[in-house]
Amino acid sequence: MKNILKSVAALVTVLIAFTSCDDTKKSNAKSGALSSNVAEKVYVAPGEHDEFYAFISGGYSGNLTVYGLPSGRMFKEIPVFSQFPTSGYGYSEETKPMLNTSHGFIPWGDSHHPDISQTNGEIDGRFIFINENNTPRIAKIDLKTFETTEIIEVPNSAGNHSSSFVTENTEYVVAGTRFSVPVPQRDMPIKDYKGNFQGALSFISVEPEHGHMDIKFQVLMPGFNYDLAHPGRGASHGWFFFSTYNTEEASTLLEVNASQNDKDFIAAINWKKIEEYVNNGGGTMMPAEYAHNVYDEATHTATSTMKKEVLVVNPSEVPGAVYLLPTPKSPHGCDVDPSGEYIIGNGKLSANLTVHSFKNMLAAIEDKKFAGDAYGIPILNFEDVLAGVVEQAGLGPLHTEFDANGNAYTTFFISSEVVKWKLGTWEVLDRQPTYYSVGHLTIPGGNSRKPQGKYMFAMNKITKDRYLPTGPELEHSAQLYDISGDKMELLLDFPTHGEPHYAAAMKADLIKERSQKIYDLEDNKHPYAAFSDDDTKVVRDGNNVHIYMTTIRSHFSPDNIEGIKVGDKVYFHVTNLEQDFDVPHGFAVIGQNTSELLIMPGQTKTSVWEPTKVGVWPFYCTDFCSALHQEMQGYIRVSPANANTPLKWSMGEDIE
Amino acid sequence: MNTFKQLFFVLACVSLLFACKNENQEASTTSTVTETEKTTTERSGQAFIEDDEATPNCLQIAIGSPDHKTLVAAVQAAQVENALVNVGPLTVFAPTDAAFAALPEGTIDDLLKPENKEVLANILKYHVTPGNLSTSILTKLPKLGQANNQYVQVEVVDGKPVIGGANIIASVKAGNGIVHVVDKVLLPPTEEK
Repeated sequence: MKNILKSVAALVTVLIAFTSCDDTKKSNAKSGALSSNVAEKVYVAPGEHDEFYAFISGGYSGNLTVYGLPSGRMFKEIPVFSQFPTSGYGYSEETKPMLNTSHGFIPWGDSHHPDISQTNGEIDGRFIFINENNTPRIAKIDLKTFETTEIIEVPNSAGNHSSSFVTENTEYVVAGTRFSVPVPQRDMPIKDYKGNFQGALSFISVEPEHGHMDIKFQVLMPGFNYDLAHPGRGASHGWFFFSTYNTEEASTLLEVNASQNDKDFIAAINWKKIEEYVNNGGGTMMPAEYAHNVYDEATHTATSTMKKEVLVVNPSEVPGAVYLLPTPKSPHGCDVDPSGEYIIGNGKLSANLTVHSFKNMLAAIEDKKFAGDAYGIPILNFEDVLAGVVEQAGLGPLHTEFDANGNAYTTFFISSEVVKWKLGTWEVLDRQPTYYSVGHLTIPGGNSRKPQGKYMFAMNKITKDRYLPTGPELEHSAQLYDISGDKMELLLDFPTHGEPHYAAAMKADLIKERSQKIYDLEDNKHPYAAFSDDDTKVVRDGNNVHIYMTTIRSHFSPDNIEGIKVGDKVYFHVTNLEQDFDVPHGFAVIGQNTSELLIMPGQTKTSVWEPTKVGVWPFYCTDFCSALHQEMQGYIRVSPANANTPLKWSMGEDIE
Repeated sequence: MNTFKQLFFVLACVSLLFACKNENQEASTTSTVTETEKTTTERSGQAFIEDDEATPNCLQIAIGSPDHKTLVAAVQAAQVENALVNVGPLTVFAPTDAAFAALPEGTIDDLLKPENKEVLANILKYHVTPGNLSTSILTKLPKLGQANNQYVQVEVVDGKPVIGGANIIASVKAGNGIVHVVDKVLLPPTEEK
């Protein structure tokens, strides 16, 4: 009996194993065909790394956020144009100059279009550039440290929107103005806009080794609005294309008045030709005022220099350098395919996409087939430059990116979808809804000669009901799609920070290998750095008191300071002596009306404190640095303005 | 006792087998659900968000109107709901039921047929202009670029805008633009493409 039972049991078990195994396979196959395992495609196991970096603009947050794909996890917010109390960026003495402009210190910015540096038309992951729309500026972020290391203001520009796109070898980062303005700025009636305002397109040279930026020249164009831009690549390298709207040159109720012309233009600029012209002494140096802010990694300090002149070029001075390509209905996006042959203009009030051919453009120029001119700039015939039209692809086309297989992906704002279509045949291959009202989209490397494909993500303007509600103000949504198959597949829906205006993305390997872990203390050239506990001191210079302070797990040196008086300006120069990966220290003192500091290993940062009250005030480390983090603290004694308390400091012993 | 234990084991195994089968059934139910979800993606999007706090959008206004039953039926048949609810701004010319009734007999029935979905969608999009255009602004514009990529002419008769031959009977502000109630259905010109 026992044995029989046993064998029955065994048999049943075996049967179960078989049946269940079989059935599981079957049911997997079934559901796989229908719904596929989407979760698996975005799952990055704990401790594993994402395959791609995505750098998503923070829009009106003024910053740039770093995400991983396919997980949609956010790794860092890089402060760029906005003060950032988390690290003290824009509050610390070292970084305040980064936000200096010709309009004074500007604590905020509106960041828009990140673009990664390129070599031979392929993204190289060295630097990422991003534009500030409101007070026109271009920033460079070093992808070794993920820190903003340079910001240049753009004069004669307003609403710096068709920016910051790089040429094939990062010869230039280009910035075009959205608003045309009086150049130079002057007091004049607004109604005299037409014919008097101008649009400046700035070509900012990038020094190859450190990426230092310098405005090489500005092309002063007619008073249209310059919306977006992209460089030529491959055969069209040496050209830059800008979409324009408001060729009506209206200055009021643009939503109606700038939609009167059937066609606006894509402006094609032969920058190599203009570069040659200015290299031979061409152009006019005009007075201007703009800030150039550079962060020095040795001194850990930024300096701001006010520049006084800029070289301008009128298109009429360089015949054959600028042409206008008629493009229907207020084109917004202006995108160039990986081969450099097709220039896609997305008329935002159109249902069709217009694709221009670079070859056709050159042929029409060669044959001098012009339809007329605008302020002396030749206008080509629409039919002559047209390569094709993607018919009725959707409503409100905005932006196009590309994969490596000859497909293009365009966002449609009004119909809230991404449409995949074929370059050359212009046929629509697939469409997927976005949730909701998509602006830009990004494909890793999608704006280079070599798109890296695999994923595409859509960044939306409207969130509504996508996530748990958080009151009237919502973060914007983004959706990640798998584009490796014939049809796009929605994988993930993730919230972004600020306005995810646009993003640049690339394979992680290149950047990952170079990412810096600490700042070498030996390279620290900060004038107020202290390199050991014994190095620390407090120096009075009139009402200014400089504290040369160090931090190491788990104390400040000095941690007792006396002799400070109400009315003093106290500079805490804090050097983090740690040389270990990911051991920052923070610095906070009561009543600090700037922000805390977050100091990376080997770095020195300075916070100014102006005590207004007599007392003994504490300071402490804000970063949970160690097991004895709660012990990492100190006191600073503030005496009345007329007191005679001697200036003394200590660590580990009492001040006598 | 021992025998009992073993019997129990066998029973447990057998029930496991059944449980396993049940799981499979569940799995196939799930895939049917997925299938249903797929077919209903056409019924998802901003048009289907429940919201009774905000100002009604162009679609909600049409749905709430007793004079626009045909228009609403047409919008649903053409599945262009989402085009009427996005942030726009949009100007929607909304023909009344009487305007639809004035079309040649059988036209509407024909258009509502599934095979004519594209034609119907094209006609409906011809009633939508990107932009928030009041009647006073409309009098200043010679033509409007419509969402189907064609133009409609605007005339001014007795100081009032007439859109492709249609008179504006009433205008209602929407959360995402404006709805002008019109007395005629606008038919897209066929020669222009």
